[in-house]
Amino acid sequence: MPVLTLTGNYAVAHAVKLARVKVIAAYPITPQTTIVEKLSEMVEKGELDAKMIRVESEHSALAAVYGAASAGARAFTATSSHGLLYMHEVLWWAAGSRIPLVMAVVTRAIGPPWNIHVDHQDVMDQRDTGWIIAVAQENQEVLDLTLQAFRISEDPRVYLPVIVALDGFILSHTTAPVEVPEQREVDEWLPPRRQPYVIAPETSIVMGNIAPDEEYYMMRLSMQKAMGEAKRVAEEVDAEYGKVFGRSYGGLVECHRCEDADYYIVITGSWAGDAKEAADRVREQAGVRVGVARVRYIRPWPHERLREILGNAKGVIVFDRAVSFGAKGQLFTDTAASLYDYKVSMRGVIAGLGGVDVPAEDMIPVIMDFVEKVEEQGFVYEPSYWLLPPKYR
Amino acid sequence: MPVRLKDLPRKRYGMPGNAACPGCPETMGLRYVKMALGDDVVLVIPAGCSSVIQGIAPKSGINFPILNIVFAAGAAAAAGMKAAFEALGRGDVKVVVWAGDGGTGDIGFQALSGAAERNDDILYICVDNEAYMNTGIQRSSLTPPGAWTTTTWTGKREPKKNVPLIMIAHDVPYVATASVGYPQDFIEKLRTAAKIRGFKYIHLHAPCPIGWRFDPGLTPKIAQLAVQTGLWPLYEYNQGKFRVSPFSRMYRRPEKRVPVIEYLKLQGRFRAALKNPELVKMIEAEVERMWRWIDALEKSLNPAEEARRITGT
Ligand SMILES: Cc1ncc(C[n+]2csc(CCOP(=O)(O)OP(=O)(O)O)c2C)c(N)n1
Ligand code: SF4
Ligand SMILES: [Mg+2]
Repeated sequence: MPVLTLTGNYAVAHAVKLARVKVIAAYPITPQTTIVEKLSEMVEKGELDAKMIRVESEHSALAAVYGAASAGARAFTATSSHGLLYMHEVLWWAAGSRIPLVMAVVTRAIGPPWNIHVDHQDVMDQRDTGWIIAVAQENQEVLDLTLQAFRISEDPRVYLPVIVALDGFILSHTTAPVEVPEQREVDEWLPPRRQPYVIAPETSIVMGNIAPDEEYYMMRLSMQKAMGEAKRVAEEVDAEYGKVFGRSYGGLVECHRCEDADYYIVITGSWAGDAKEAADRVREQAGVRVGVARVRYIRPWPHERLREILGNAKGVIVFDRAVSFGAKGQLFTDTAASLYDYKVSMRGVIAGLGGVDVPAEDMIPVIMDFVEKVEEQGFVYEPSYWLLPPKYR
Repeated sequence: MPVRLKDLPRKRYGMPGNAACPGCPETMGLRYVKMALGDDVVLVIPAGCSSVIQGIAPKSGINFPILNIVFAAGAAAAAGMKAAFEALGRGDVKVVVWAGDGGTGDIGFQALSGAAERNDDILYICVDNEAYMNTGIQRSSLTPPGAWTTTTWTGKREPKKNVPLIMIAHDVPYVATASVGYPQDFIEKLRTAAKIRGFKYIHLHAPCPIGWRFDPGLTPKIAQLAVQTGLWPLYEYNQGKFRVSPFSRMYRRPEKRVPVIEYLKLQGRFRAALKNPELVKMIEAEVERMWRWIDALEKSLNPAEEARRITGT
């Protein structure tokens, strides 16, 4: 298996090529742009046998790949931030149609003011659309997750579209060594495309016309059930992928030093790397046993898995790189809901919005402060703790 | 080749039980599309009356495969479908968009313009009933001046956006106007378009008894009057050549045209406008404006025919 030095965005492009995608449509937006550029180059050089539709907007990008997928082709798009929001309506349409599709989302802040740096507000805004949402920590995982996304989306137990999220710049534009599987290996592992129906002249299928409210309701329920199945399928695919390609990530949640932890950090995305470092250092320096539960799938939400991991914790500190204004960080809310019947101390930290850097040394004081409070008071519940940028602290 | 009624397929494409109003021009048009193009067709329908006309799942009142899609995305979804058929070795499948005037000239315009500029190999049909009918008769940019809608209570003041001309300006291979009042002309144009590779656009004038306030039995007659008054000229722009279609040729001469008032007075939507001479003048001016464009296009895009016309040969 050759090792290449790839940015996160190029890792996406390599995975798309290996998956033998047939139709691509995308519209440039920083920091996703180099995905479109690379794929265009691959198509024009004849390295990738696919149709590339250079659409005039993201709304059209997703509509075009949705049309292609409905007609039976494996299809792919990628976007970020405002582009993703512009697609929002079509995300619902695609998921509700139960048409397998894969999209890379390079996470980025939303304006105003204009800001091209990383946070998770864009992808969090899609939580309710019926898309499976996986979030990578590093470039190798970007490639692996993108390949796995096709497998999961096209699994008959699932038939839901999948977003693979990678953090803007931190992953998208930073190179790292990435093992790229051989085409032959991927061909053996990834079955030909499956989908629930195809719109073609010989069928008389009408997709998306009006349905009675009761049928509509039942279709919504079937999406919820498919999300439930997707948990199992994602775990299975992760394990199987490990057997074939030598890399597994722990399924829906990756655990770092969870075996003996009293306190846990819950986090998603690239800054989980910083969280792991913070946990290690707190263990070393203060002797507090901290673990990290890195959420790899924010949809379907790994409710059962997180209860297993966090149920006996003394305290859970959730880092959100997004916020639901007037409420809390989204990861915090979901984590708290999963722990509804456990008396676990919690703190929700909102940090890193608009790309504000949050290195391990900035996480450590917030963790230590929380630990001390819990040890002192016994029970702490602080749902929104805003970790201000250094110059405002 | 002229279309003869007896050669058209007898198969039923609009099924009993579809949800259209009586006298609906959209079901008429849909039927002609299938009669013209046969069975190797997939339809893409953005939001509009035709989303509803299909009826209620799991049944469909329209007997062909349809991908319904969000309002703004007709052209984009069709472009994707066509790319998929090509990639899967089925490039012969025709992908047809069937969109309203709102889905075409307003919210869907960006996607339409994009697909036209890319010259995607699809046939885009705008079924123009001159308002947002599905949401209850609101004005669109294609509502004509003077027309009452539920958002223009005293009559629209702006002219009708001339989408076919804008499509010609995209330099696509084929643009035509048509009318549900002239099915043979429409079918012929559909068949001509189907043989051309690249982006094809047909703009179908479709009088709607509900939104225009006329007797449902009069749909074809009103459609024909739009052509006979000169308000809706039928023409064709085929690979750079422009020509007025046979049914419209005689209305080039103003004295042959039916007075616009005859068209207006049959429609409740113009009741207020008819009491306002200024609005009537504005509508009459639309006819002149239309034909000025046509003359200009004919002269510049078809000099040979123009010369024949002038010399009478
Ligand atoms: C994004 C969005 N905005 C608004 C609507 C509501 N809507 C549905 S159909 C329609 C009007 C359709 O008008 P037109 O395209 O002319 O088709 P017609 O109903 O007249 O056939 C509107 C406004 C929608 N479905 N989606
Ligand atoms: S409102 Fe007009 S276009 Fe819509 S279904 Fe009724 S008759 Fe047809
Ligand atoms: Mg309309």
